[in-house]
Amino acid sequence: MTEPILRVRNLRATVAGQQVVEDVTFDVPATGVTAVLGRNGVGKTSTLKALLGLYDRTGEVTLAGERIDRLSTDRIVRRGVGYVPEDREVFAGLTVAENLRLAERDASPRRELVADLFPDLVKRSAQRAGTLSGGQQQMVSLARALLNDNRLLLVDEPTKGLAPKIVTEVATALAEAAASAPVLLVEQNLEVISRLATTVVVIDAGRVVHTGDAAELLDDPDRIQRLLGVHTSENAA
Amino acid sequence: MSTIVLLLITGLGLGALYFLVASGLSLIYGLMGVLNFAHGSFLTLGAFAGWEVARRLGADSWGIFGLALVVGAAVGAAFAALTELLLVRRLYERHIEQVLVTVGLALATVALFEGTWGSDPEFIEGPAWLRSTTDVAGAPIPNDRFLAIGAAVLVLVGIVLFLRYTRFGLIIRAGVENRAMVTALGIDVRKAFTLVFAVGGAAAGLGGVLASQYFGYVSPHLGAHLLIFAFIVTVIGGLGSLTGAAVAAVLVAVLQQFANYYWGVGDLVVVLLLALVLLVRPSGLLGRSA
Repeated sequence: MTEPILRVRNLRATVAGQQVVEDVTFDVPATGVTAVLGRNGVGKTSTLKALLGLYDRTGEVTLAGERIDRLSTDRIVRRGVGYVPEDREVFAGLTVAENLRLAERDASPRRELVADLFPDLVKRSAQRAGTLSGGQQQMVSLARALLNDNRLLLVDEPTKGLAPKIVTEVATALAEAAASAPVLLVEQNLEVISRLATTVVVIDAGRVVHTGDAAELLDDPDRIQRLLGVHTSENAA
Repeated sequence: MSTIVLLLITGLGLGALYFLVASGLSLIYGLMGVLNFAHGSFLTLGAFAGWEVARRLGADSWGIFGLALVVGAAVGAAFAALTELLLVRRLYERHIEQVLVTVGLALATVALFEGTWGSDPEFIEGPAWLRSTTDVAGAPIPNDRFLAIGAAVLVLVGIVLFLRYTRFGLIIRAGVENRAMVTALGIDVRKAFTLVFAVGGAAAGLGGVLASQYFGYVSPHLGAHLLIFAFIVTVIGGLGSLTGAAVAAVLVAVLQQFANYYWGVGDLVVVLLLALVLLVRPSGLLGRSA
């Protein structure tokens, strides 16, 4: 069995003195998509932000064998961690081209890949990102991460608030991304999980309460309802 | 008519000085959220550095005056960069401590300047052209006003081009919007912090040399006097907005000149304008809404 790309041990995080991640331990395999699931407000986004050093944290985080839990956010990212934040966080006053140029870390950024995945962005390169639709902004946010050759992608609720057609496009882009780098994905949409994820980590009240195979969990409606509070079509019937 | 022209151009000259201080304040607050009360000290040290150059090498020559401007800007930049590296860097997101440290530095440097150059104003000479006037629509305009206006326009254009066409400029514009996201793209935003302090310090140092020509003297309190109005300009223009600072600098200075000439209440009118803007548009003329 190959070594995990990311090992997280006893991760705790605080924001303004408030504990937002209690004690999180899990591994991210070196390939495929690992989905982080959980009810609203249980600490999924906080876990991603803590991994990236955006929140004060303690515990041990290892990326490909190297401790990264004491590194600043920019150093963690430069070690090959791409980040797609919740709510996109594009720079509204910059153009699409400037948003993408700012994100280029590598000497040879993968502009062709981004142009192939998101042709609409090429057409809108001179447009201010703040004037784009939510779906287009999500494409900018994903494109920023995909421009670089990452060892791991952290993706936070990329389909939140998007139209079904855009959700499909985003899922396709994520599948493309997962072909070249493992992805740690926070997502609420079980259809997207079912299409992309190989492994799941379920968080509740800031702690990991389940890890395992994605397909196994998705085939068990009772467990989904217990862990996530979600009624799937099977258990509703 | 000639009085109006005189007041208008003199106001523009004063506005140019306000802008040279306020541009740095605005950039520093916009990117880092730091209210830098030591910014006036960058101006004062730049002014004294320029004065020392003129005193030692001769004040009459344009070449020496140009050198004084360069030295003033360089000294302001170096002092500002050191302030960021040694004091402010440890205090990001700690706003109370930032205020205490920068106010403390401002007080300490004024005392240091008084100890070094004395507390009395030192009158300053310059090229003869700066001491004479040019007739505009019947109004004799002191030539140093034109120099201050020209320098401020060049600084504004220079900063705008820097922000628009360089990678550091791109980082600064993005950082003003969302600093955390800039770091999440793998960019060490601290380098941009130091650079912004240095750019702001250079503008203030340049402003110091020009202010000493405008007022005819240099003193340890020159920066503190201009800093008050620069803060008002920064707030009226919108914290973090360079264009807002330019517009507000002109508005404040011209209004101040007219109110002083006709009613002798220039400072009061400026404070009333500040109160009005804060009531009607708290984010400033061109600032982003909260």
